Amino acid sequence: MNTMDGNLRELYQEVIFDHNRQPRNFHDMPEADRHADGHNPLCGDQLTVYLRVKDDMIEDVSFVGHGCAISTASASLMTEAVKGKTVAEVEALFKDFHALLTDIPPERDFGKLAVLTGVREFPARVKCATLAWHTLHNALIGEHTPAQTE
Amino acid sequence: MNTVADPLRASAATALPAADDFPILARPVHGRRLAYLDNGATTQKPNAVIEAEARFYRESNANIHRGVHWLSQHATELYDAARVTVQRFIGAARADEIVFTRGTTEAINLVANTWGRKTLKAGDEILITTLEHHSNIVPWQMLCEQTGAVLKVAPVNDAGEVEQDGFDALLGERTRLVAITHVSNALGTVNPVARMVERAHAVGAVVLVDGAQAVAHQAVDVQALGCDFYVFSGHKLYGPTGIGALYGRARLLAEMPPWHGGGDMIRTVSFERSTYAEAPQRFEAGTPNIAGAVGLAAAIDYVQGLGMDTIVAHEHALLEHATAALTAIPGLRMVGTAADKIGILSFVIEHIHPHDLGTILDSEGVAIRAGHHCAMPLMTRFGIPGTARASLAVYNNETDIAALVAAIEKAQTLFGTRPKR
Repeated sequence: MNTMDGNLRELYQEVIFDHNRQPRNFHDMPEADRHADGHNPLCGDQLTVYLRVKDDMIEDVSFVGHGCAISTASASLMTEAVKGKTVAEVEALFKDFHALLTDIPPERDFGKLAVLTGVREFPARVKCATLAWHTLHNALIGEHTPAQTE
Repeated sequence: MNTVADPLRASAATALPAADDFPILARPVHGRRLAYLDNGATTQKPNAVIEAEARFYRESNANIHRGVHWLSQHATELYDAARVTVQRFIGAARADEIVFTRGTTEAINLVANTWGRKTLKAGDEILITTLEHHSNIVPWQMLCEQTGAVLKVAPVNDAGEVEQDGFDALLGERTRLVAITHVSNALGTVNPVARMVERAHAVGAVVLVDGAQAVAHQAVDVQALGCDFYVFSGHKLYGPTGIGALYGRARLLAEMPPWHGGGDMIRTVSFERSTYAEAPQRFEAGTPNIAGAVGLAAAIDYVQGLGMDTIVAHEHALLEHATAALTAIPGLRMVGTAADKIGILSFVIEHIHPHDLGTILDSEGVAIRAGHHCAMPLMTRFGIPGTARASLAVYNNETDIAALVAAIEKAQTLFGTRPKR
């Protein structure tokens, strides 16, 4: 198996396929108190993230939209990762997750999000993995122009 | 050119030895043989073009239309000769009907900002088609905002062909401009341009044809087509990036005001008033891409050396072969099945997003484009976010198609969605 094949298997792990086939928290949320749209104009990926925030804590989160396996799985994994966390914890996690994909990864337990580490070897796909996070960030700060990525 | 399917032509698909002329094709990608099938985005460059541009800088470089010195005159001659090469290549009546631009996009914007702003009034109509690339949509939308003109869009059928009845029905006495692509970059559909020009002229409209995807793949004769403007890029024609051409009827160019102001486009300048040069210099302000024009001429010489009939036969045979090979893959659906098309294969695969497919194909050395192909309204028409697109050129062969098919099957295996044959 050459390096590229190894990289490809790192990128497309079974967890990614699972979350792509059956995304978690994949529905709209009429009772959401915040939401934001995300759009990758270069590839056409589109999603909306819904949030219910109570006492500075993510009480519920969901998303709808369409995109590639990486973007769908990343959004799904994100919803699982942020539920029950405080807004400050989520923003810090986004910062660390972004560094995990593009920079020197910080020392921390990323839980299931670690399956997206393989994206590091595919710079063109970083935007797929971070779109949901940029959108979540916009929802948290009340930004209404659609989120884009790096 | 007769393009009826002929199994004997299949041999032509492997006969053209053009691959040896393109040094980049010899470099491996991810340790694999490169199957470059992204020619709709840009073509690779033959040695003849690379050498012509390098030779210009080594032996002939100087600014044009300025110096009395020998090198400047020499560079000017090369630049002017390149204009004549372009003129002959697309069958224009006169060399001064060719304006060098950065490419197709700049050429369209030039027409919008000069002819368009001078001519269009509120309520006038511009007719385009659903097939258009963003570069033949957005400049007209901007022009509509500036002038109050209205954009109309002719529909396409499920095969990706412009519905000619629908096109005719949108032509009227308010139609001032018809802007249509010669060949769809996303689907490969060849528009019946001569017919559409005739109908447009019958209502007095001026016609611009976007030839970006056409000039490398079929013979173009602007006088036979009858169009008023024809635009194309050098880099999709085996030439350098940053050079392209606008053909405009001499009568229209003569009436058009300048767009960019600066050196080389003037006759006289004073602080009270400047007067402008004749076309094409009026539209070529500043030092142009001289080496690019020389490289473009070399690309045209290269294409003509291969022979356009040979190119058409080769690419058509390969298109037939590739279409058969791809449609045999379970779960693959072709998007764009026009009766008249050139070597562009757009497709979607069940349960695999085009971007995931693009990444996996790349890992096998197969370069394709994935996404909306700068034709978002067309993707919306087909109810899909995007497609995977393999686009052919003179150096492609059946080995490239075999690599494409094998890589698609690998993606289906990886995704666990490979249906039983």
